[in-house]
Amino acid sequence: MKEQLALLPSYLTSHVQLTLLALLCSTAVSLPLGLVVTRVKWLERPVLALAAIIQTVPSLALLAIMVPLLATFNFQSIGFLPAFIGLTLYGILPILRNTVTGIANVDPALLDAAKAVGMTPSQQLYRVELPIAMPVIIAGLRTATAWTVGVATLSTPVGATSLGNYIFSGLQTRNHTSVLIGCVAAAILALVLDGLVRGLEISVRKRQLRQFFGLIAALGTLYLYLGFNLATTVFLPSIRPVTIGAKGFTEQYILAEILGQWIENETGRPSTQMQSLGSMVAFDALVAGDVDAYVDYTGTLWSNVMGRPTVGGNRTNVLAEVRTFLASQHGIQIAATLGFENAYAVAARAPDAETLGLTKISDLIPLGNTLSMGGDFEFFSRPEWRSIQDIYGLTFQEQRTMDAALMYQAAASGAVDLISAYTTDGRISAYNLRVLEDDRFAIPPYDAVILVSEQAMRRWPDVFEAISALNGTIDVEAMREMNLAVDEEGIAPERVAASYLAKLRTSQSPDITELNKPPPSPAR
Amino acid sequence: MIELRHLTKLYGDTVAVDDLSIQVPDGEFLVLLGGSGCGKTTTLKMVNRLIEPSGGSVWIDGRDSAELVPFELRRKIGYTFQQVGLFPHMTVAENIAVTPTLLGWSPRKIQNRVSELLELVGLDSRELRERNPTQLSGGQQQRIGVARALAAKPRVMLLDEPFGALDPLTRQRLQKFLARLRHELSLTIVFVTHDIAEALKLADRIAIMQKGTLRQIGTPAALMLDPADDYVRQLLDAPRQEAQLVETLVTGNSSSSENIERDK
Ligand SMILES: Nc1ncnc2c1ncn2[C@@H]1O[C@H](COP(=O)(O)OP(=O)(O)OP(=O)(O)O)[C@@H](O)[C@H]1O
Ligand SMILES: [Mg+2]
Repeated sequence: MKEQLALLPSYLTSHVQLTLLALLCSTAVSLPLGLVVTRVKWLERPVLALAAIIQTVPSLALLAIMVPLLATFNFQSIGFLPAFIGLTLYGILPILRNTVTGIANVDPALLDAAKAVGMTPSQQLYRVELPIAMPVIIAGLRTATAWTVGVATLSTPVGATSLGNYIFSGLQTRNHTSVLIGCVAAAILALVLDGLVRGLEISVRKRQLRQFFGLIAALGTLYLYLGFNLATTVFLPSIRPVTIGAKGFTEQYILAEILGQWIENETGRPSTQMQSLGSMVAFDALVAGDVDAYVDYTGTLWSNVMGRPTVGGNRTNVLAEVRTFLASQHGIQIAATLGFENAYAVAARAPDAETLGLTKISDLIPLGNTLSMGGDFEFFSRPEWRSIQDIYGLTFQEQRTMDAALMYQAAASGAVDLISAYTTDGRISAYNLRVLEDDRFAIPPYDAVILVSEQAMRRWPDVFEAISALNGTIDVEAMREMNLAVDEEGIAPERVAASYLAKLRTSQSPDITELNKPPPSPAR
Repeated sequence: MIELRHLTKLYGDTVAVDDLSIQVPDGEFLVLLGGSGCGKTTTLKMVNRLIEPSGGSVWIDGRDSAELVPFELRRKIGYTFQQVGLFPHMTVAENIAVTPTLLGWSPRKIQNRVSELLELVGLDSRELRERNPTQLSGGQQQRIGVARALAAKPRVMLLDEPFGALDPLTRQRLQKFLARLRHELSLTIVFVTHDIAEALKLADRIAIMQKGTLRQIGTPAALMLDPADDYVRQLLDAPRQEAQLVETLVTGNSSSSENIERDK
């Protein structure tokens, strides 16, 4: 709890920064647009329809779409910008719609009256239409505020820190306290901002000038601070700490911690993390230089980045090809091979495997389509699954998609016979499951490798050196244990990482060069 | 001088105002009289360009109003609406002060003017000036509407049934007030009503309209003596018939109450 709360200032600041700047922009776009639309009638339908279409895009997808979109225009595609633009777009509809409705609902008799007393068109707008429509417009602004605060928690996977960091990492590592802190903080923030907007409205309506200017001054200061904050991160990137990326699952959180702590310890440089990134977002961030290092898997790079067919291959060859490809195409270096594979695998209950004599996937073929298979949200749409079906000619009685955290229980309790598992998942042994060997090489090798960007390598040669020293330091058993410690025992990733590094130092410190030998290259 | 020249307004196939030509000399009190839907409001709104005519033109002091800047024209003309149209987001005082504010009067002068006008229309300044228009009775709202129209001391007033929502006594008081005011300020007034007695009392001349056209125009006496057609005669005769009806009702009532007495 204490560790988590220590993160609050940085998460909250980023969250408020995203929310308030996006809201300012949504308002600045939609209020004038709404006014234009009420004057130029034929624009109303297309503009409102467009805003409504944007709104129907699921919010997470809207933010995620910004990443490739910005990348094609050569903008910063990871972090603040995509989240900010996505949130701005998201906030437009409620303000726009309420502006249009509010103005349209002004009694025409009052417009006549405004003309009759001698108002110019702009005086009619500022002195009659806007004040009368104000409550409706403010209601739209309040809706937008609540939405933006909520949706901002989804900016974590596109690389922008937010209160969502608590929620995403908490859900993955089953840290309910963390999830709760994220939700409660977001809810309180939404209430506070809503109160602020309402306070502004009331002070305008009741003409409490002192209260109005007080609130405006408070908001102004906040904006100044946030703007300054943003400007320093944009214009002074050199004082940035070493940024470690992490995708959104337990192993990645642990490895990012190991990397960060190791770098800080070996080089004395501060490090920071960009957590819970989408799989491709992490790689794009490395290419763009927004992330300096992170752990990826050769099989993922092989199919997703290099676009090679998903079939098994020789572990050493795949690694070599990936290494050359990354270096030549992106200037990215594989600084270290950690020494374990995290592949997709098929797992069965150990006692069943025993009685049925199952050790490899091809043993499933004689069983025909009597078995049911469980998979996480993406497994059944992944090329690995197609490859398994094609190469082994397997069909199943039933395929069930479920949450990764529930999958192991489902297998252990017999709700499904087989599940898709990650080879490093500690729950395989904890739930007494057995991994079936991929004897026909349907699944590519997934060696965990530490990638370092070209920019980082040039900027911090010492960091690169420190990372290289991690070569071959984590085997599959060690990774499973660490994953299990987080997933089942609820220990924080940073603690697990710290104790592993401590163990590593005591056992290997006499001869650190020992670590630098090439990783054991298992024949495949 | 206000001149309506062949003024016409079409709404699709409906002819709201049909080739209307009237001259209102400076200082005249003209009443537009006619049944509901005969085009009175439409005519009045075309004078200060709240409605643009489909044909014809309005000339004010020898200038075609189509060539004047609308808001400048309107600041010199006081206008009251049939549905009052006070601004709900402003206080009573702000409503009255709106045109002077647009003209850039000093706050002090505006405040004095507001108090003066509230007194003029017979409302308690201290009690009402900070109220919201929604917190007023219909009659109070109408009087604020008149005060607002008068605020910037216009020389021309266009009044669309300004006393419709008032009780007879207040109405009479305001009619007297208006009759006095027009002479004091030498106002040119176009006054719309379908209350014939009101028209006869206030008007220098009455213009009688029917279905968008002008039936007859003249002084009340001239119209009474020499109505142009049956419509005009019946219209002007209406108050007298009403009075007779009241008379018979009163006498009839007393006899029927006697009947009730007897039945017991
Ligand atoms: N905006 C409009 N669209 C279509 N028809 C209209 C419009 N405004 C007025 N009219 C029609 O024009 C005619 C004249 O309307 P106007 O409001 O001038 O009547 P009026 O003499 O003021 O009646 P009242 O005494 O009931 O106020 C009516 O038949 C009315 O239905
Ligand atoms: Mg009317």
